[in-house]
Amino acid sequence: VTQLSNLEEISQITTIQGLRSSLLAAIDTLSRVDSSVAVSSGGELFLRFISLTSLEYSDYSKCKEIMIERGEIFLRKVSLSRNKIAKLCHPFIRDGAQILTHAYSRVVLRVLEAAVESKKRFSVYVTESQPDQAGQKMAKALRKLNIPVTVILDAAVGYIMEKVDLVLVGAEGVVESGGIINKIGTNQIAVCAKAQNKPFYVVAESFKFVRLFPLNQQDVPDKFKYKADTLKTSQNLTEEHPWIDYTSPSLITLLFTDLGVLTPSAVSDELIKLYL
Amino acid sequence: EAAPEPGEPRSRPPQQRQPCGEAPGGLAGWECPQAGTALSRERPPVRGGHGGTSGMSHLSAPESSWSSLPRVPAFLQGPRLAAHPTSPPALADGPNDSEKPTGGKSKAELRAERRAKQEAERAQKQAKKAELSQAATAAKPRLTPTEPQSVVKRLPEHVQVDDPAAQRKLAKKLERQQVPLRQDYGTKVNLFSHLHQYSRKKPLTQQMSIPSTVIHPAVVRLGLQYSQGIINGSNARCIALLEVFKQLIRDYSTPPNEELSRDLVAKLKPHISFLNQCRPLSASMGNAIKFLKKEISCLPDTLREEEAKEKLQDTIDKYLREKILLAAEAISRSAFEKINDKDVILVYGCSSLVNRTLCDAHVKKGRAFRVIVVDSRPRLEGRETLRRLVRKGIHCTYVMINAISYVLPEVSKVLLGAHALLANGSVMSRVGTSQIALVSKAYNVPVLVCCETYKFCERVQTDSFVSNELDDPDDLIVLRKGQAQLGGWAENKSLRLLNLVYDVTPPDLVDLVITDLGMIPCTSVPVVLRVKNVDQ
Repeated sequence: VTQLSNLEEISQITTIQGLRSSLLAAIDTLSRVDSSVAVSSGGELFLRFISLTSLEYSDYSKCKEIMIERGEIFLRKVSLSRNKIAKLCHPFIRDGAQILTHAYSRVVLRVLEAAVESKKRFSVYVTESQPDQAGQKMAKALRKLNIPVTVILDAAVGYIMEKVDLVLVGAEGVVESGGIINKIGTNQIAVCAKAQNKPFYVVAESFKFVRLFPLNQQDVPDKFKYKADTLKTSQNLTEEHPWIDYTSPSLITLLFTDLGVLTPSAVSDELIKLYL
Repeated sequence: EAAPEPGEPRSRPPQQRQPCGEAPGGLAGWECPQAGTALSRERPPVRGGHGGTSGMSHLSAPESSWSSLPRVPAFLQGPRLAAHPTSPPALADGPNDSEKPTGGKSKAELRAERRAKQEAERAQKQAKKAELSQAATAAKPRLTPTEPQSVVKRLPEHVQVDDPAAQRKLAKKLERQQVPLRQDYGTKVNLFSHLHQYSRKKPLTQQMSIPSTVIHPAVVRLGLQYSQGIINGSNARCIALLEVFKQLIRDYSTPPNEELSRDLVAKLKPHISFLNQCRPLSASMGNAIKFLKKEISCLPDTLREEEAKEKLQDTIDKYLREKILLAAEAISRSAFEKINDKDVILVYGCSSLVNRTLCDAHVKKGRAFRVIVVDSRPRLEGRETLRRLVRKGIHCTYVMINAISYVLPEVSKVLLGAHALLANGSVMSRVGTSQIALVSKAYNVPVLVCCETYKFCERVQTDSFVSNELDDPDDLIVLRKGQAQLGGWAENKSLRLLNLVYDVTPPDLVDLVITDLGMIPCTSVPVVLRVKNVDQ
């Protein structure tokens, strides 16, 4: 989003349509390099946010100023949203809780930081999260905060679930049905949590809300499942490991976003408000 | 009620009047029914007591005894008021109750003044509401003025067939409108005795003289087409209805000394009753009629008759085009995203939207998929779907509904149409749909429902019994080897035939609803309704 707002500032184009198409092209290039859900949804929302002004002012240069201003507001909102979410979520972590989390998420890190600041004692289990061992990175960051942390195998989630009080994960994207798209392995954790009646909480900023509605794992577009260079180079996608999976809304208890604490069915209401 | 005084009905008005006295806005709701609905939404805590079934009897007594108000002063003493703490309205006005005893005479004077004002206003309203049917019991008509305020809506007539009072009211209303009353046919199953059951062999037109002086011939023809099943399917019925209404408007001429906006609505009422008698109105038709009535009553007075009629016909055309035809196009495009190559799609019955989506996907976009058409007796609508799809060259399989658990393991998704979408997210559709949704859920097959937004209703239903339609039971009689099985069902006292038309699918069995506003989960239907109401 920072890149997009910079582009906006330096753009020499004098028509709104031109600006819009150049921004779209930029989003495209970014997506081609790093095809993650957050980039595409963030980009789309940024575009909508700034183009809402285009209807009001006829003088282009004034309009451009306003758009740049709004771009900066958007950026600031995004960085503040993590703090907002942390404030909403940390009361749900009780003293003495055992938390299970998956892979590396900066939002979850911020939430746990806020919980530590409010003098709560808890311990965390992190899944190793192959193939990139993101769980180790998370464990290192948590140790810096002096939180007792244990790294477990991805396969040990079913084993550890009975010890855990709640599951807290981030999300790369939140879809229209209220489900989430996150690092591969999240769906398994959600299913185990449901089977053992443990609450499954998701923390995500609102710019991650995306206009997708997958019906099952197959329905998630390939451009999100695999890295961009894999898509370009590989011959047969069925041999590649997907990087993300889809968790259905029936497995999620609550979503913590900067729009508030939502149930999965409320996500669609928020999306309708955002996009319609 | 703890109050043992002989003048019990009289003692109720003071307590009942408190809500009206303290909330003049409530009275305003009487004068303007449209604003009243908005008000009633704000006031549930106060009106809630009125809405309950026990509350209704409280309501009836004071309204009818307002004419006895002049006698009330003697009873306006505190203790009597405090004696009614148990009734729900009093609970809501508890603080007021305790205030009154301390007020004393001055309060009584104020109350007398207010009463006189209310009497005058009520007399005005009576004159306006002279057309409302005054039934034998004073209670029931008094309910209608407060309808805008009460949270519980009165049950529609067509689900109160076993209530003789409601049926008598209906008969009187139809007599006034000069529309014949259709007789029920055959013994009904007890659970559904509150619904009408008509026979196709006895159409309504046999009971009226043709040409009829009150009903336009196009409407008579339409009614006959509905009752004989020639026009079937909610979209088809709605489109036919709107076309006939256009014809009606063309042939209408305002009588002298009448306003077009008010008279036309009054002229439409007998036609709507007639169509309702031929076949109960569908949700789509109901919404279209509501829209039309609103359009007519919102016509500015300054327009000449010709202009007004032109305008009305244009709005009807616009409604047809936007809500039905363009919506179908939008839904077909959205649904196309969900159809992949090598898909096996299961469809049930005959839905115009689903057929259109599949034909578009196959013909215009060239997706390679195959379809399994599921059908059920006695309507056998799947055969029509089969005919349409095969003609376009789509590979189809045809099974009866008892075979769905056999075919479902190879199905990738289920595409269903809907008759209406209710406010709690339930889907009302042809009978058999909820069965398909249930079995699909058990096999983990995603269920998609296609429905335009004009079919969304404010009603809430959790089961298929409360409001449904019973079709002709004779349809279930089967001819095998020249013998009509079940032919003599009417003679057998312990045999009842049930031919249901609709059923309700709970929202957790449906994965996705495709509307012209986009793809939404079933739980977001109330949001769309809210957005629609805001737009209007």
